[in-house]
Amino acid sequence: MPQDTSYTHQKFNVIGTRPKRPDGIDKVTGRAKFGADTSAPGQLVGLILRSPHAHATIRKIDTSKAERLKGVKAVLTSADLPDLTDGDRAMLDILENCMARGRALYDGHAVAAVAAIDAQTAKKALKLIKVDYKVLPHVTDVDEAIKPGAPIIQDWVFTAGVEPKPKRPSNISQRTEFGHGDVEAGFAEADVIVERSYKTEQTHQGYIEPHACLASVRPDGSGELWVTTQGHFTFRNICSSLLGMDVAKLKVTASEIGGGFGGKTHVWMEPVALALSRKANRPVKLVMSRDEVFRATGPTCSTSVDVKIGAKKDGTITAATAELRYQNGAFPNIWGMLGAMTSFACYDLKNVKSIGYDILCNRPKVAAYRAPSAPMAAFGVESTMDLVAAEIGMDPVDFRIKNAAKEGTLASYGPTYGPIGIGPTLEAVKNHPHMRARLGKNQGRGMACGFWFNFGGQTCTDLNIGIDGTVTLTVGTVDVGGSRASLSLIAAEELGIPYDQVITNIADTASLGFNDMTEGSRGTFSSGMAAIFAARNAIEVLRKRAAQMWEIPVEAVVWEKGEAKAMGKKHGNLPQLSLKEIAAKAPNTGGPIAGHSEVVADNAGVSFASHICDVEVDPETGATKVIRYTVIQDAGKAIHPDYVEGQFQGGAVQGIGWALNEEYIYGEDGRLQNAGFLDYRMPVCSDIPFIDTQILEIPNPNHPYGVRGVGETSIVPPLAAIGNAVSNAVGVRLSHVPMSPPRILKALVEASGS
Amino acid sequence: MLQVKLTGTLQSAVDDEAEVEIDAATIRELLTRLVERYPRMSKHLDEGIAVSINGEIYRDNWGTQIPDDAEVFLMPRIPGG
Amino acid sequence: MPSVLVSTTINGDAVEYACPQDETLLDSLRDRVGLTGVKEGCGTGDCGACSITLDGRLVCSCLVLGVEANGREITTVEGLSDGDKLHPLQEKFIEHAALQCGICTPGFLIAAKALLDRNPNPTVEEIRYGLAGNLCRCTGYDKIVRAVQAAAKQMRKK
Ligand code: FES
Ligand code: FES
Repeated sequence: MPQDTSYTHQKFNVIGTRPKRPDGIDKVTGRAKFGADTSAPGQLVGLILRSPHAHATIRKIDTSKAERLKGVKAVLTSADLPDLTDGDRAMLDILENCMARGRALYDGHAVAAVAAIDAQTAKKALKLIKVDYKVLPHVTDVDEAIKPGAPIIQDWVFTAGVEPKPKRPSNISQRTEFGHGDVEAGFAEADVIVERSYKTEQTHQGYIEPHACLASVRPDGSGELWVTTQGHFTFRNICSSLLGMDVAKLKVTASEIGGGFGGKTHVWMEPVALALSRKANRPVKLVMSRDEVFRATGPTCSTSVDVKIGAKKDGTITAATAELRYQNGAFPNIWGMLGAMTSFACYDLKNVKSIGYDILCNRPKVAAYRAPSAPMAAFGVESTMDLVAAEIGMDPVDFRIKNAAKEGTLASYGPTYGPIGIGPTLEAVKNHPHMRARLGKNQGRGMACGFWFNFGGQTCTDLNIGIDGTVTLTVGTVDVGGSRASLSLIAAEELGIPYDQVITNIADTASLGFNDMTEGSRGTFSSGMAAIFAARNAIEVLRKRAAQMWEIPVEAVVWEKGEAKAMGKKHGNLPQLSLKEIAAKAPNTGGPIAGHSEVVADNAGVSFASHICDVEVDPETGATKVIRYTVIQDAGKAIHPDYVEGQFQGGAVQGIGWALNEEYIYGEDGRLQNAGFLDYRMPVCSDIPFIDTQILEIPNPNHPYGVRGVGETSIVPPLAAIGNAVSNAVGVRLSHVPMSPPRILKALVEASGS
Repeated sequence: MLQVKLTGTLQSAVDDEAEVEIDAATIRELLTRLVERYPRMSKHLDEGIAVSINGEIYRDNWGTQIPDDAEVFLMPRIPGG
Repeated sequence: MPSVLVSTTINGDAVEYACPQDETLLDSLRDRVGLTGVKEGCGTGDCGACSITLDGRLVCSCLVLGVEANGREITTVEGLSDGDKLHPLQEKFIEHAALQCGICTPGFLIAAKALLDRNPNPTVEEIRYGLAGNLCRCTGYDKIVRAVQAAAKQMRKK
């Protein structure tokens, strides 16, 4: 049964150990090639001209002077990118986001591009392009965008999910509702009701590597793309369809990727690079500056959220509602819906309702950012949970334990849960020494919970056995944080051989079947599942070959601890055959030995985390420092614990940055004012303590090794955990993230004044 | 007979029913029958949807079996980071 | 703008290149000398991915001009190991999983080496402040600090 996904309860040999990663040496010696680290003969430098206006009609673009500049080989506008999307609005949105079509929708929207022999010439050429804009009124705030009279961003968007069908376009692209029970009746039963509104500002994934690619299109319609991406197969499909190329004629190679966190699941300028190359008939390298990354690639949503929770004195929640408004940027998506789905997922609620609104603004197109939409909803819900606990005089951890979802709970987003880990993470919080550590002056402790779905997807792997018995595992999911090590561990485990005997490679799109992106925490989960199946298929072949070598029936051969073993009275005395011995005879027993697998790996298993955080707030300045932090999360099974801990720690610190400092600041003019790391301040080493981690292993019943996705959930609790800690430290409840020094100071001043 | 529940914007495609009854043993049968009855569903199916069967979330892989008394939810496909 | 010929020493070797006067040393190293281990994360001195040492001093190569390297000595990540032996920092970064994506790693290694050259026995606090000019978005810094501690310990033994 090679495709049996059920949990095997096996004792592991190499899974759970911490070997060195195969790409480590290249990455510490500078040899690893990232998006901007390759070049091609005759390559040109591509640059993009961007709109300085938040909202404008483009009357005319005059490129003639740029075209005449010596060394310029191609100048491109949307006229060179005809609409081939055949009524597919989502694809047209992608195209329009890559290159404005008659209107600029946000500060930084691409309006033209050039390819020239060097950077100096390309820069000069950009200055020679004359764009005639008619500036339009703009809106960048999520609450302003839904007021009557706000400028309409997309005149084809009519609010979906409301009755009667609206007749006029709106900045609300959809309304979605989740939940069950009767919330009015539930609130009527409550002894205590807390209702509160929250706001979170827009943040960027902040990967250190800017987007970069090298495109080369030939006049016969074939081409190649080298690119930093979370999903080169998806990029190939999108680029070829936007440019009218055949899928098979475009070969996409994923470079090493310098961070993505969801931001590299979308194409931003890759179709432009390909189109420039096609026009110039030369390879074109296009690398974004940091300013461009901030202004024109997908940050996450800014939000405005109202939460209401009612509870009885004994701590039972009787009803909970949330209304969530998520700013999607200039193109509609489903981020508000996701916020509504995740908001109450941690709890077992009789009466619950969450309503999500997706709202357009003159800001860049929003992209996924690690457990997209969940942190903002959790900020509102988990802050309110602490407020309710305080009102009824219950310990916040006990209050959560009392209401935690468990196996059989009807999730607030619809389905019934299988075995899940929210309860165990909360128990672990209760028992953690961190909870008993002493706090000093102006210090406070907070905790919060988080949920994320995780999912699988289409996956394809090849496992080839070399003549010396070493194994090449070829996968199509990009390695964003050590997955090659984890996948080698999995193949080694299944085959029963040592870790170093397996080398994992990432294939380009010409060398392997389609793979969905590395997103939704699926890299190790799905490619791991496909690797197990490929290994099981290879074992079938190995057994046949051993049977041939022994001249016995294959039924009499079993695979154990990396060796073929003959069974039964008749053959039991045959000496075992190792993988190496069987591989050596492959040319005589039927040729190369391999196992392949194509699956839709599903059931990545929902995941839960609980975080504990201590902060110290300086009452003079409002500056807040995280002094201790603990992440507790269910990983199903940690394949390579170092990289699981790394995901927990990295997500937590991104959340800390979001909670305390990071924010997109737009001016009155609709322009982004802090498009650089100096003014968009991400946490540095000296801002952060060690991040303690505790990995819980509640096996996913639908994965042979019990693996769940681990990459995303860790960013969900920090906003609320820190908000709760600040409140416990200085007695003010912050309802606006980031809780930057001025905001905390203002809250302190207001509190002391009243 | 499966009780199929729909979430989010999918509800509007089935005339705002939160729940519909469908006779199906696989995801393919489920989707085919749904489109037969509610042609407006086909747009959503083209965009890709997710099917939750007894609390486990599946993509729209046709061959996936649906047990007889399973709890089935249709939801829009969820992107990740 | 006419190009200028620059003679410099990089990782112990004499190197010559010609670059325009306004080109950054980062671009010269990457595009003219082929040392793409030096990374660009921002181009404005805020991320440290482009860290090198210039005459032994830690600098952001994106804030230095290519022509300024004339007659000076540069160390990049490509020059850290000794023949086929990795530098202890390189060893410990791999061993402690101090890299996830690895784009920040060259800069961190150079900055950490500069720190340990100055202060072979730094406290955690000193490591954290010593590396505060380098951004890492993947690791949360935990394993980076531990790797630097471990490398310092090993280097002191020798
Ligand atoms: S590239 Fe030089 S500091 Fe960021
Ligand atoms: S490991 Fe990715 S930025 Fe540091």
